[in-house]
Amino acid sequence: MTLPAGLSLSLGSQLINLCAAVMLLLGFAMLAQRRILSLINLFMMQGMTLFASTLIVASTTGQSDLYVSAGMTLAFKVVALPWILHRLIRKLSVKWDIETILNIPTTMLFGIALVVIAFNVAQPISQLSGTIMRATIGIALACILLSFLMMITRSKAVPQAIAFLSMENSLFFAATSATYGMPMVVEIGVLFDLMVGMVVFGVSFFQIRQQFDSLDIRKMERIKEE
Amino acid sequence: MNELILVLAIPLATAILLVFVGHRPQAANINIGGSLFTLLAAASLTARVVRDGPMNVLGEHFFVDPLNVFLIALTALVGFTTSVFSRPYMRVEHDHGRLSAGRLRLYHSMFQMFMCTMLVALSTNNIGILWVAMEAATLTTVLLVALYRTPESLEAAWKYFILCGVGIAQALFGTILIYFAAEQVFGHAPGAMLWTQLYAYRAELEPTVLSLAFVFMIVGYGTKTGLVPLHNWLPDAHAEGPTPVSAVLSGLLLNVALYAIIRCKALVDGALETQFAGHLMMGFGLLTVVVPAFYLSRQKDIKRLFGFSSIEHMGIITFAFGMGGGVAAYAGLLHMTVHSLTKSAIFFAVGHAAQMAGTQVIDDIKGLIRRSPTIGWGLMLGTLAILGMPPFGVFTSEFMILTTAIKYHPWATPILLAALGVAFAAMFAKVQGMAFGEPTVKPLAHNPALLPVFLHLGLVLTLGLWIPPYLDGWFRQAARMVG
Repeated sequence: MTLPAGLSLSLGSQLINLCAAVMLLLGFAMLAQRRILSLINLFMMQGMTLFASTLIVASTTGQSDLYVSAGMTLAFKVVALPWILHRLIRKLSVKWDIETILNIPTTMLFGIALVVIAFNVAQPISQLSGTIMRATIGIALACILLSFLMMITRSKAVPQAIAFLSMENSLFFAATSATYGMPMVVEIGVLFDLMVGMVVFGVSFFQIRQQFDSLDIRKMERIKEE
Repeated sequence: MNELILVLAIPLATAILLVFVGHRPQAANINIGGSLFTLLAAASLTARVVRDGPMNVLGEHFFVDPLNVFLIALTALVGFTTSVFSRPYMRVEHDHGRLSAGRLRLYHSMFQMFMCTMLVALSTNNIGILWVAMEAATLTTVLLVALYRTPESLEAAWKYFILCGVGIAQALFGTILIYFAAEQVFGHAPGAMLWTQLYAYRAELEPTVLSLAFVFMIVGYGTKTGLVPLHNWLPDAHAEGPTPVSAVLSGLLLNVALYAIIRCKALVDGALETQFAGHLMMGFGLLTVVVPAFYLSRQKDIKRLFGFSSIEHMGIITFAFGMGGGVAAYAGLLHMTVHSLTKSAIFFAVGHAAQMAGTQVIDDIKGLIRRSPTIGWGLMLGTLAILGMPPFGVFTSEFMILTTAIKYHPWATPILLAALGVAFAAMFAKVQGMAFGEPTVKPLAHNPALLPVFLHLGLVLTLGLWIPPYLDGWFRQAARMVG
């Protein structure tokens, strides 16, 4: 993907708004997706969108740091993490797993309510933002809350982990849209945590399946209050 | 070379070394050695701060000021005593067949990594790195909580991972918002994430953004502190992980998460010149004191019991910082110190008691004092200390917090007193049953390391009677800074 150097501002901001819309759409798509395999593909597309939006901001503002950030997004979130997830579900033989107990219409309604809340919360910030992406902060917050909702509604370990990772994507999107990205050292640190987190997820999947013969979290509830 | 670099580098180096040492018998000794050197480096750092005052290290990346210097020293101290305690403890666990040799390698290495992440979180000047270190602390402890690989421990670890992961994601959003507010003042520069810069220019930061950021920060780091209603992971993680891990989780990690909230509170209330952050903390704090008090009497597992007690104490501290003012903040800092020392001492005693009984069920542990006076009395005295009996330090800090509450927020005092009373009744009755009576417990195969228990309790007693002048000075300065 190549972009003309010094993308014009109005075109840039329109493209970014497009990316934001795609992010939100993908957030809803993930919320409603029952198949693990499709979920991973959606997660990869989310990474692609994040990569594209970071690249566009980099090109319009000329911040060289953002090119590096975009490169890391491409390497980790579009290539490495989806690849690891694909391998994991093959090894765990849950590739064709379908989440059965999931009330999609209710979840979607909750999701819409969350988007409304997110837009209201983000409004005072958007008005202050001097960046070209001011309108997108609300969308970023909405995506975070949607991943959060997805995490609550899922009962299997792998979709929960994907929700966790997608929350991280939304956070990066928030960082780029509000502030042109965080300082490089912090961004590298967060990505490092993300990769270690992925390893911990992988290890946990195998341990959980060994103990419970299943990756269904509902089967785990053994610790009793009294 | 600055001592702080050593404080951060030694645990990291020890962790890497322990990966290669593996499960050889020396591993436990290397763990102790590494922790001892960290403690010595921290002691010499402390001596330097006593002599020269606050300082920046490695440019402006790290800093030591009155608010974090005593926490760094405390973390290094409790890390060292926990490593001393864990040597015989883990040996017994290994002999009982609860742990394979490979898991011991994981345990020792991750323990040191965990210490490293906490020390980085305490000393970093960058709010972004603080977040990275807190998340890394979660990741290392998830592996430690799941160490036994029992169904319960896996459940506890998964719950801990997901809840804290989600929680801390909110804190990252809060961090982004603070950076956003700072960027309006400093421009797009790395300096906009430094505490020192943020404090210096806090009056210029945008108030609406900061208040919103604080809400995300308290939810995020509050999850890790165990504030109600975000506390669900804490009792499980404390009960199902190995006891040394429970001791450092309760004694250190909760403090570090609280430290992050306190720093944010100082920033936000300083910028807003209102009590917004303070009131939010008071609300969370009060709820966190009251709710666990009523859970305590229902607990059957001894480690869960003390897990709930930790939640309650985090509530007391959060409430104290929420009230603000010199005395309350001073008391909050003192309470962080004495709670950390007392609670880890209790967990050391509880760990050995559970090994003697072969169970963590309170009703099945009886007659500890008859079988092993040191473990029994250690547990009994520790419990009395944590319940706020004079002359221990916990009494001093709780007394200061209560008197401040009487003066400025009289409505809260009866609620606090009632919760403390309920907690006293519940915990004292349960622990008394364990300490006295006809023994059902068997002696241990290896000599337990009880020096840490009495060292901690001795320090708590000392702090109840006399606070060293430099510690007093730091508490005063930090209290003034936090406000």
